[in-house]
Amino acid sequence: MGSKKAFIVTLILSTIGLIVMFFVAMSFGALDNTFSEALNAIRLNEVNENTEILIEIRMPRAIAAILVGMALAVSGAIMQGMTRNPLADPGLFGLTAGSNLFLSISLVAFPAMSYVGTIAACFLGAAFGAFLVLGLSMLKKGGFSPIRLVLAGAAVSSFLFALSQAIAIHFNTSKSMSMWTSGGLGGTSWEAVKWIAPFILIGTFIAILLSRQLTILSLSDEVATGLGQNTTFIKIALFIVVVMLAGSAVALVGNLVFVGLLIPHLARRLVGNDYRYVIPISALLGGIFMLLADTIARNINAPYETSLVAVVSVMALPFFIYVVKKGAAELS
Amino acid sequence: MIDAKYLRRYWTIVGGLIALIFVTVFISLSLGSSDVSADRIIPILLGQGTEQEEFIVYTLRMPRIVITLLAGMALAVSGAIFQSVTKNDLAEPGIIGINAGAGVAVTIFFLLFPASGENFMYALPIVAFVGAGITTAIIFMLSRDKNKTVHPTRFILVGVGMSMALSGLNVVLMSSAEQQQVDFISEWLSGAIWGTSWPFVIALLPWVLILVPLAIYFSRYLDVLNLSEGSSIGLGVSLNKVRYGFLVIAVALAAAAVSVTGCIAFIGLLAPHIARKLVGPRNQYMLPVATLIGGWLLLAADTIGRNLALPEGIPAGIIVSLIGAPYLIYLLMRD
Repeated sequence: MGSKKAFIVTLILSTIGLIVMFFVAMSFGALDNTFSEALNAIRLNEVNENTEILIEIRMPRAIAAILVGMALAVSGAIMQGMTRNPLADPGLFGLTAGSNLFLSISLVAFPAMSYVGTIAACFLGAAFGAFLVLGLSMLKKGGFSPIRLVLAGAAVSSFLFALSQAIAIHFNTSKSMSMWTSGGLGGTSWEAVKWIAPFILIGTFIAILLSRQLTILSLSDEVATGLGQNTTFIKIALFIVVVMLAGSAVALVGNLVFVGLLIPHLARRLVGNDYRYVIPISALLGGIFMLLADTIARNINAPYETSLVAVVSVMALPFFIYVVKKGAAELS
Repeated sequence: MIDAKYLRRYWTIVGGLIALIFVTVFISLSLGSSDVSADRIIPILLGQGTEQEEFIVYTLRMPRIVITLLAGMALAVSGAIFQSVTKNDLAEPGIIGINAGAGVAVTIFFLLFPASGENFMYALPIVAFVGAGITTAIIFMLSRDKNKTVHPTRFILVGVGMSMALSGLNVVLMSSAEQQQVDFISEWLSGAIWGTSWPFVIALLPWVLILVPLAIYFSRYLDVLNLSEGSSIGLGVSLNKVRYGFLVIAVALAAAAVSVTGCIAFIGLLAPHIARKLVGPRNQYMLPVATLIGGWLLLAADTIGRNLALPEGIPAGIIVSLIGAPYLIYLLMRD
């Protein structure tokens, strides 16, 4: 297979890209550090005041950015394969809005909620949102066309967002709510990374394990069943992975659109439509993209933070328009 | 077709809606954080109220009611025009990023000229119009194919993308602003009616009074746009002139409304759809009905929002989304 070579080359290049980007992210910030200081911090030796800052503040944040990028890109790739919809994205399909709603409810019901509680709320909410959108699509005979699915996702999302805002305003929790949803990665601690990392890593791992089945599923249900696949089981397993990944991402950074939509497209351009290749490459590219976005957000108006959500939206628009221009014919 | 029976039905619906609006205005006047009981409204309107009652009714509640009515009407007509021009029933100024474009312009204006001065509120609709106009032009340019025809699906998709990106840009801009301004802009974005005094009515009124009748007067040209390209050329109508003329009206209406009410989505979708159900697709009859429904919807939403969660209330935009989103889902499910 020709694309195997492309895959290996891309894999190596994007791994190098990720490492380079990690160094860049570690050395740029409100406090300027040299590359050698960053290197020392990463190797955890020669601890002085500067490297302390890097280890305690910048490193968990950089790692969190990589994890979030991975989670969003992989969950987007899975959703696009499963629904055969090139526009699928956790933000567009109600997962993010569902997480927000459950966060909003739990902030009112359990004000002193622990970090684990927050993660649980995000997971349940993501599952709920996705369930609503995909469930509506299944209720409709023959399912939705891609564009209708996006509109249904937009409608469900704006309903859930409105509901969570209304709850937040009514119970005066908007402030803590917006801290979660537009928080970006500022103040990410090792503690948070420790809680979230397992979910994202395990989710990505399972996604890679199931990637062959996903490729078959992305062709058609009939082919998958014909090849002796238990499609229901695989679909449920993939759904759980998507919810795990998208829920963790919301718990870490709040609402991010576009990443889950665009990165898999980019990956497919590079390595073709085989999800065995698409998923690992999406994970790496997602990591690079989020690191870049977060570094920009930290530095563009230093020492103040610019909202990560905003930086991502603005960075991603050109990509989005490119995808729409390329694919409009097959979408209608 | 258009016969006496249809016309009777049409006028009954128009009359019913006007009555409904009057009832809602009456209810809205009598509800609020400070109580003015319903049986006092008529005496107050006849000039027999106490000073305090008159203050509440004339200075606090009345301008807000008039503004929500006007803004709802403007949004409804704007949505109806967008739907005809793009030949897509789901087009709406909120969904396709026009509101967000107006929002960016308003934010930039705020950063350059911090809220001050008398002329501020009269300038807002114009500023919003410029932002919304540029956004529409960009969306149009990006959704054209090689033959220079606008692809309806692509138009919506590019619009959705623009709307997300522009909201993001807005946050970037806001992060360089003062805290007080940030509070204002974020309320604006969630669709809290903020222009609630008489000067805002005067700022909005000319736009609605001129552009809505204009759209209704030329509505048969809008019908032509819904026909196929060939038959409309056969009728001797310059399609592009009609298209761009109506687009300017639609953008101006959306921008004027949004500049005083903040980002409110869905009215432009709901009102024309309900109107089409009631009186059919002919714009000459559909537009006036949509206008009335739009005004009523926003007034009802704001009255509900204003009285929930006292004293601050819930932004009308949120209430509209709570009603509008299920309706959109319903539309998607049935056809």
